[in-house]
Amino acid sequence: MNRTLTSGGRTGAAIAALVILLLALWMGAAIGETAIPLATVAQTVANRLWNAGYPLEPIDEGIIWSYRLSRAVVAASCGAALALSGAVLQSLLRNPLADPYILGISAGASTGAVGVAILGIGAGVLTLPLGAFLGAITAFVLVSVLAVKAGRGTAAIILAGVAGSQLFNALTSFIVTKAATAEQARGIMFWLLGNLSGVRWADAWLAVPAALVGLVVCLWHARSLDAFTFGAESAASLGISVRRTYLALVGVSAMMTAVMVSIVGSIGFVGLVIPHAARLLVGVRHGVLLPAAALTGAVFMILADILSRTIIPGQVLPIGVITALIGAPAFALILAKGRARA
Amino acid sequence: MRLTARSVSWSAGGADILKDVSLAVETGEFLGIIGPNGSGKTSLMSLLSGIRKPRSGQVLLDGVPIGALGRRTVAQRLALVEQQAETGERITARQAVELGRTPYLGPLSPWSPDDDRIVDAALDNVDMAHLSGRSWHTLSGGERQRLHIARALAQQPRILLLDEPTNHLDIGHQISLLDLVQRQDLTVVAALHDLNHAAMFCDRIAVMQAGRLVALGRPRDVLTVERIRDVFGVDVAIEHEPDGGCHIRFRPGRTSPGRRAAPVVALATTGT
Repeated sequence: MNRTLTSGGRTGAAIAALVILLLALWMGAAIGETAIPLATVAQTVANRLWNAGYPLEPIDEGIIWSYRLSRAVVAASCGAALALSGAVLQSLLRNPLADPYILGISAGASTGAVGVAILGIGAGVLTLPLGAFLGAITAFVLVSVLAVKAGRGTAAIILAGVAGSQLFNALTSFIVTKAATAEQARGIMFWLLGNLSGVRWADAWLAVPAALVGLVVCLWHARSLDAFTFGAESAASLGISVRRTYLALVGVSAMMTAVMVSIVGSIGFVGLVIPHAARLLVGVRHGVLLPAAALTGAVFMILADILSRTIIPGQVLPIGVITALIGAPAFALILAKGRARA
Repeated sequence: MRLTARSVSWSAGGADILKDVSLAVETGEFLGIIGPNGSGKTSLMSLLSGIRKPRSGQVLLDGVPIGALGRRTVAQRLALVEQQAETGERITARQAVELGRTPYLGPLSPWSPDDDRIVDAALDNVDMAHLSGRSWHTLSGGERQRLHIARALAQQPRILLLDEPTNHLDIGHQISLLDLVQRQDLTVVAALHDLNHAAMFCDRIAVMQAGRLVALGRPRDVLTVERIRDVFGVDVAIEHEPDGGCHIRFRPGRTSPGRRAAPVVALATTGT
């Protein structure tokens, strides 16, 4: 019987997931322009966490702790958060193409973040992530209204998302061109492509809790999400408060997307592709699917980050370029497959 | 457990779909709802199930307004089988039935052996246990509809609401599905298209016309030549059988298309 894991099996799976995640983080810290032995990575962590006192090169230790490890941790949080958002949106909207990037939520978050950073909207009150959150929610509401006007359906919400993305990207460009200095503009353009350079531990302290809170909220609603298998009306007849579930899950998706966008910019296709990969691996039950998607997303992003740092010697690609290069063909594949099934 | 609609009305997009409908479903009965396309059958079902709120009037479950009961409580007492609900997810037959346990499970109350037992019984009940491992998308329309019924049974309801459960099924599957439903020890409310099925299976029949309830009673009292001509626009001959049943024969060429064509088209555009 594959449907319910025993509690022992569940603990085993959770430990295995944790081990896989730690291995990926370890690799993220070891691999780079200068390869650093895995043992050194472990010793650095031991030094930092427990004052173990291993004699290490300060440069190596600095690269590992201040640069690569923080980066890997943020990449993992970001991958997990985006994959969770995508999985939740796909199930809630019953649309295999839904993800925060395609639905314009990321674009809205970018506009919100840029509005706070450059225009100084709500100075002192709104932080960058909060601005991004407001932008993300605005974008989702706008896209939803547009989709309902366009007649629901799989295509309608995707087209509405395209329109929303275009609008918010244009707004972002407008703000950047009008108000930013040349240097700000260059930085922001690089950030908008999805970029992990400059990520430090301070960012991890925001990204990790956001991803963890998101994971807990999504898992709390796992059975409700299962109940959406045959649509919102069917979920309602199974005793689910549809509106409350929508609010909680769209809210937490927007929160996760906004936090990640405010740290690393908008990264496409992770939220789209990873949930599908996770479904192939563990099936459609959300109690298992959601953690699997989070883990797959985290590992994928760490690997994508390693690629972005090593694929061109001496240069770092924006990570969004890597995820798009992998994700766009996968998107096309899902599109073609959906058509064949319809 | 009594389900009562007290002068409920409902409208969508500015059009009145249901106008002042009142009816009481008796405990243990099989109540059929018949009427042409667009007469409000589906809307009435969704009001009775509590999924939609009436614009005016009330739906009561055991005397309590259904909106005042929690959704979970309602789902434990009353199950709805929608018209041909479909999914794009790759679920198995059994997983579809397991959804019926949703009203009893929470984030902190995990799946139990009891739930397994109830799901097994529901699958057995609809004679689908041998296909429980099959993927949803490989099953026929009749098999899927049986699984929807099994899912509803796994909710362990007292009342079963069925919205045109036999749509798109061949005649053998239609009869066996209704027979299956009738065999349950449940109060059943079913929107039906086929008048003979309604006559065969229902204890009472409610007739809907343009959003109003125009008749409610035993099949032989409700299904009259005049009413069927008036509501559906077809001429029929009705044979009453000695056991109290009745059989409706449609008489081709005896309809008066000129008279009925306009209202029928107008009804069709309002959707179901």
